[in-house]
Amino acid sequence: MGMTITEKILAAHAGRDHVEPGELITVKVDMVLGNDITAPVAIDQFRKTGASKVFDPNKIALVPDHFVPNKDIKSALQCARLREFAKEQGIPHYFEVGRMGIEHCLLPEQGLVRPGDVIIGADSHTCTYGALGAFATGVGSTDMAAAMTLGEIWLKVPESMKFVYFGRPRRWVYGKDLILYTIGHIGVDGATYKAMEFCGDSIENLSIDSRFTMANMAVEAGAKNGIMAADEVTLEYLRERAKGPYQVFESDPDANYGAVYEYDVSEIEPQVAFPHLPSNVKPISEVGELPIDQVVIGSCTNGRMEDLRAAAEVLRGRRVHPEVRLLVFPGTQQVYLQAMREGLLEIFVEADAAISTPTCGPCLGGHMGVLAEGERALATTNRNFVGRMGHPKSEVYLSNAAVAAASAVKGRIASPEEV
Amino acid sequence: MAVKGRVWRFGDNVDTDAIIPARYLHTSDPSELARHCMEDADQRFASGVQHGDIIVGGRNFGCGSSREHAPMAIKAAGVSCVIAASFARIFFRNALNVGLPILESPEAARRLEDGDMVEVFLDEGLIRNTSRGEEYRAIPLPEFMQRIVDCGGIINYIREKIGMTP
Ligand code: SF4
Repeated sequence: MGMTITEKILAAHAGRDHVEPGELITVKVDMVLGNDITAPVAIDQFRKTGASKVFDPNKIALVPDHFVPNKDIKSALQCARLREFAKEQGIPHYFEVGRMGIEHCLLPEQGLVRPGDVIIGADSHTCTYGALGAFATGVGSTDMAAAMTLGEIWLKVPESMKFVYFGRPRRWVYGKDLILYTIGHIGVDGATYKAMEFCGDSIENLSIDSRFTMANMAVEAGAKNGIMAADEVTLEYLRERAKGPYQVFESDPDANYGAVYEYDVSEIEPQVAFPHLPSNVKPISEVGELPIDQVVIGSCTNGRMEDLRAAAEVLRGRRVHPEVRLLVFPGTQQVYLQAMREGLLEIFVEADAAISTPTCGPCLGGHMGVLAEGERALATTNRNFVGRMGHPKSEVYLSNAAVAAASAVKGRIASPEEV
Repeated sequence: MAVKGRVWRFGDNVDTDAIIPARYLHTSDPSELARHCMEDADQRFASGVQHGDIIVGGRNFGCGSSREHAPMAIKAAGVSCVIAASFARIFFRNALNVGLPILESPEAARRLEDGDMVEVFLDEGLIRNTSRGEEYRAIPLPEFMQRIVDCGGIINYIREKIGMTP
């Protein structure tokens, strides 16, 4: 029996020829990630193990991104602990404000995650790196501490589910719409404990940015990881970035899947997820009249160049509706700079948008755009749980960046076709 | 080990933002987290919960972020055990790692009502509803995970592994 790409990567990191879904194995990790919320707890736990040194300082990344630039004294203390730990342990991949980005935009951009790697991160959207053909999964702080100490982690080999996308996407349809559509189809626990493998000709034709968006939201269906095989598009992306050699894996033709789903992409419209679950989706044509107070473009889901370009295309020469606040968060410093060079930031400012330095900020209701009671936001983020962006009685809708930009202009959730 | 307490019943897909909203994550102090535990799901919880009480959820309990602050907050609030029809993956790991007992029992999740008094025998995975005189079974933990629990969490397990005395 053949193996899936997920099984092959895990087998290789467990020093085995073969693994089966359901087996408990211990795998070596290539990268361990933590942020300003999760790493302080992991550092406490690391101290409790009695170890004095991390297993390999080069294989740890610490990214203060959630509450930075420090939003209050407590956040400042959490970031200080990250900084001190990086110094003490000689961890080179610590990214200070001014050099940082949202972790899941930053690590691929820096070439720190590569095809065939096993990456664990104390952040649920660590699954983003599956877009490069890596096995990447989110864990908690104590697991992060364990991995920092031992350089390995125990995992249950997940059963794989195959998602095949074929056909040409319509105008204004991106990776975000494919993944929202899929989550709407299988539900927020539709892939719990499973590997979501994305393939088909639509995926092969998808930009790397859209691929990151799709893998990013695998956890929103409960998955352990989302993954797509590395191809020419991936290798092109990695050419000048990848730090060190890597190995490309792909699924065997006779690999075993717990389920196979096929989607005709040409039938998928831009999608909008209604409160309070990412699975609560409707095609844009069925949204109806929904006035909004705030639009957020950014996050680890949609804070990349493709997203900013799409938003700028819609916003060029237009103004944000007088009753709407539009906030734009480039994912990293590099994205910020590139957007500046391409003139996108000018388009945003001329449209009356507020542009922020890279941060998670409003995505998790942290700072830089928190919602008041009764307010409604449309965001390109990944979660619309109760209270996610602020007051428990506020609402978050999710969409791609073009829909978000069009909605900012219209003052209600709207299709880019309408502006 | 047996625990005993009153049931606080929640629905399906209780997410980590409901368990502990991100606006309180600028700290990891357990007692402060406990003060806001379940705040966005049930305003009365944090002030009303008694030591030993039991949280019951439906499917996919703990979905969402990887914040370990979620099981930490529940544990610090005095909750002795969480029973659900199923758990989200990361929450499941985190709960084991921080030593919050959790039991997966679709039957108990279906039958238990708000306010029921229950006795839970963690080792056997037996849940006794003393308010209604019913008993339910939980799915036992795989042996490997039971070993981590027996060590008192993953940290002690590592201490053994790298030759520190537990
Ligand atoms: S942008 Fe949002 S989802 Fe992504 S890492 Fe930051 S808080 Fe999490």
